Amino acid sequence: MKQSTTTTNISRRNFLKITSLAGGGVLFGFELLANVAPEAAADAAPLFSPNAYLSIDPNGIITLMAPNPEIGQGVKTALPMLLAEELDVDWNKVVITQAAFDKEKYGNQSAGGSGAIRGRYEPIRKAGAVARQMLIAAAAQTWSVPEAECATENGFVLHKTSGKKLGYGELATKSASMPVPQNIKLKDPKDFKIIGKRIKNIDNHGILTGKPLFGIDTRREGMLYCMVSRPPAFGKKLKSFDDTEARKVPGVKNVVRTENVVAVLATNTWAAKKGRDALKVEWEEVSKPESTTDHLAAFKDLILQKSEKPDRNDGDAEKALGGAKKVLESVYEVPVLSHAPMEPINFFADVRDGKAELYGPTQVPGRAISDVAKALGIAEANITLGLPRQGGGFGRKLRSDNVVEAALISSAAKAPVQMLWTREDDMQGDFYRPSSMFRYRAAINNNNELDGWYLTAVALNGRAAAVDNFPAGALPNYRVDGHSLPTNIQTGPWRAPTHNAVGFAEQSFLDEIAHALKKDPIAFRLELLEKAKSNPTGKVNYDVEKFKGVINLVKQMSNWDKNTPGRFKGFAAYYSFSTYVAEVAEISIVNGKPKVHKVYAAVNCGQVVNLSGAENQVQGAIVDGLGHAWFTELTFDKGAVQQKNFNTYKMMRMQDAPLDVEVQFVTTNDAPTGLGEPALPPIAGVVCNAIFAATGKRIRKLPFGNELKA
Amino acid sequence: MATYTITVNNQKRTVDVLPDTPLLWVLRDELNLVGTKFGCGIAQCGACTVLMNDNAIRSCSYPVSAVGTNKITTIEGLSEQGDHPVQQAWDEMDVAQCGYCQSGQVMAAVALLKRKPHPTDEDINAAMSNICRCGTYVRIRKAIHLAAQKK
Repeated sequence: MKQSTTTTNISRRNFLKITSLAGGGVLFGFELLANVAPEAAADAAPLFSPNAYLSIDPNGIITLMAPNPEIGQGVKTALPMLLAEELDVDWNKVVITQAAFDKEKYGNQSAGGSGAIRGRYEPIRKAGAVARQMLIAAAAQTWSVPEAECATENGFVLHKTSGKKLGYGELATKSASMPVPQNIKLKDPKDFKIIGKRIKNIDNHGILTGKPLFGIDTRREGMLYCMVSRPPAFGKKLKSFDDTEARKVPGVKNVVRTENVVAVLATNTWAAKKGRDALKVEWEEVSKPESTTDHLAAFKDLILQKSEKPDRNDGDAEKALGGAKKVLESVYEVPVLSHAPMEPINFFADVRDGKAELYGPTQVPGRAISDVAKALGIAEANITLGLPRQGGGFGRKLRSDNVVEAALISSAAKAPVQMLWTREDDMQGDFYRPSSMFRYRAAINNNNELDGWYLTAVALNGRAAAVDNFPAGALPNYRVDGHSLPTNIQTGPWRAPTHNAVGFAEQSFLDEIAHALKKDPIAFRLELLEKAKSNPTGKVNYDVEKFKGVINLVKQMSNWDKNTPGRFKGFAAYYSFSTYVAEVAEISIVNGKPKVHKVYAAVNCGQVVNLSGAENQVQGAIVDGLGHAWFTELTFDKGAVQQKNFNTYKMMRMQDAPLDVEVQFVTTNDAPTGLGEPALPPIAGVVCNAIFAATGKRIRKLPFGNELKA
Repeated sequence: MATYTITVNNQKRTVDVLPDTPLLWVLRDELNLVGTKFGCGIAQCGACTVLMNDNAIRSCSYPVSAVGTNKITTIEGLSEQGDHPVQQAWDEMDVAQCGYCQSGQVMAAVALLKRKPHPTDEDINAAMSNICRCGTYVRIRKAIHLAAQKK
């Protein structure tokens, strides 16, 4: 198994000490070296590092940096693959290092919006290609031959006619003095040796042997373990506390408060938890505590209201509905969800003497640093932030609340702390996927065609509809009205925000229309897509041919037209994050419960970078989306979550997971598009459409497990 | 506080902790064996799964005072080189996404394979109740079948 390294943020003054400890084997970018005092730099091993993404030392050790946080989406493996491809090195011989946060060197280091590969595909390949061309230049000069006669292969420069060969390590010192090439030639995709191949997760060995890869695994000299007492409900704020009993717990060292939490610091986690539980805390109501029943009642009212400003309004949907031969109307509903990453919220912070060292899980290191700087009143330059592997993100860690909380606690305690939330803290302290409701009306005209579509959507705290979604563009009359219900419950992005709810509602409603028109659900979609091409209305934000491509592919993969007794199929297709996904599920009903035998997914995400990782993302997104649609909801009673842990907050487990998920990617060399999220939105509709095919029951409310019991 | 001597990964280890301290926190905080993970604290998710003798237990809800002379094995002690057949199978199938739950999944699978060297899909469904939030169940199932072939 391949091994990788993780750095904490290494200050410039410590650079030499650390390189010498590492025997020169771990090296950092030239910009770092440039900031080391000249006399010190002279002592360091000369190395070739034309940019912050890679370095080659004279011993031939090639270090590739993984710039973005790894939250399970696979970028710690995939981004260095891009470098390795263009650098032309043996993947099995490179060292991969997770970069700490450094915006000067790495720009946007966030993990979100399925954007890391999309944003870095070209820049990182160029970083690798620059180095490769400089290595060629150094070899050509050494041999006094034209560069054009030189080629590279697996970490060597070769001179074709003479058979001469030099390793990148041997060329490292000389390459550093070569001019940086201005015209960079990237590889032709037909020559790819690494991009598009199955490459294993770079951290497999560490994960499978229990290495301290995660933020929660941080251990430092003098570190105190910390648990916090946090508000028990939205609308409540810390008033006062009595820590007499907490301080009596053996192992408890300190109790501090920040504005809204009380933190107990101890010599181990259990003592911190017992101390936390022994606090007597008084909370005061600062805003009206809300319940899920309040939200639903308000939704039901809002969903009937016409918006003065439609989000999109092509033709005249009201008129089409008024003159329709038949109107179909359905209301769909999805609950609040928690992110519930498996690694509960935590962060390490050591804030002393106007400086802060931070280490832990965040999807937005840039935002975290600036928020901590503001909260502590210190300069960003005095803060370092290291990025461990993260036990899932799903959008939870797009907020920096955990980072700020840990920093404030460390600052108050004047000690290095590792703050950890319990699962119950996490369930109550999340920024949730908002609940939403969708009222669809479809007009069927005298020619038995869909010619009008009117969606009224409402969500907690924000936009419920993805307004330009297909079938927008395919229909002469198309309108979307959106309403937002303000709430004091924290909401935020959850894997495929908005799409994760819309996908279910819209793909189910399209299925309803197809059945009402007695059309095959796939043929119906293809027919609408033809209209978006031949006679588009308004903005068409999707590529018809790419959409049709994945639909036809999944049709073929799943033998859509072939019926097996006792088995039923459902279909949906969805476009998000610039990626097209079509899915079919094959289910049976066993004792009134669905059994998902197989899911087929056809995906067009442009060039696949890591085939194994990409397939894993699609399989995982399908299982994730299916599990939440089937089992999961979070409800509130007077601001407090009613599902506080996994005994009541039900998650997908092995017994209900599909036995297989077959994934095929459309072969293309188009630049990569998003992949962490796009396979999730369609799956709830896919399986609910299959349930309709099997039982005649139309699911309009999630989680569907509850509906099938009813 | 009280002193306990327990056998972890074939070594006798002595710790001085509160008697109700779950084994999980003894492993993580006292013995620095952080491969065993905290996920829920109520024996629901299985991220904290370790072996007690040959059985999978959820260490977050197992007090250290109850361990006695039973032998505990954690992910760190499963093999010297990380080459136990289950570890190999997990690597070959490239199961992990975030990886956080996988040490618990591996330990649960090791216990299953000790009991049933060639488990059926139904056996896997019954034995593998750990939560993977990333949804790697399809690959976990394949990895268990692969590990069974290796033995």
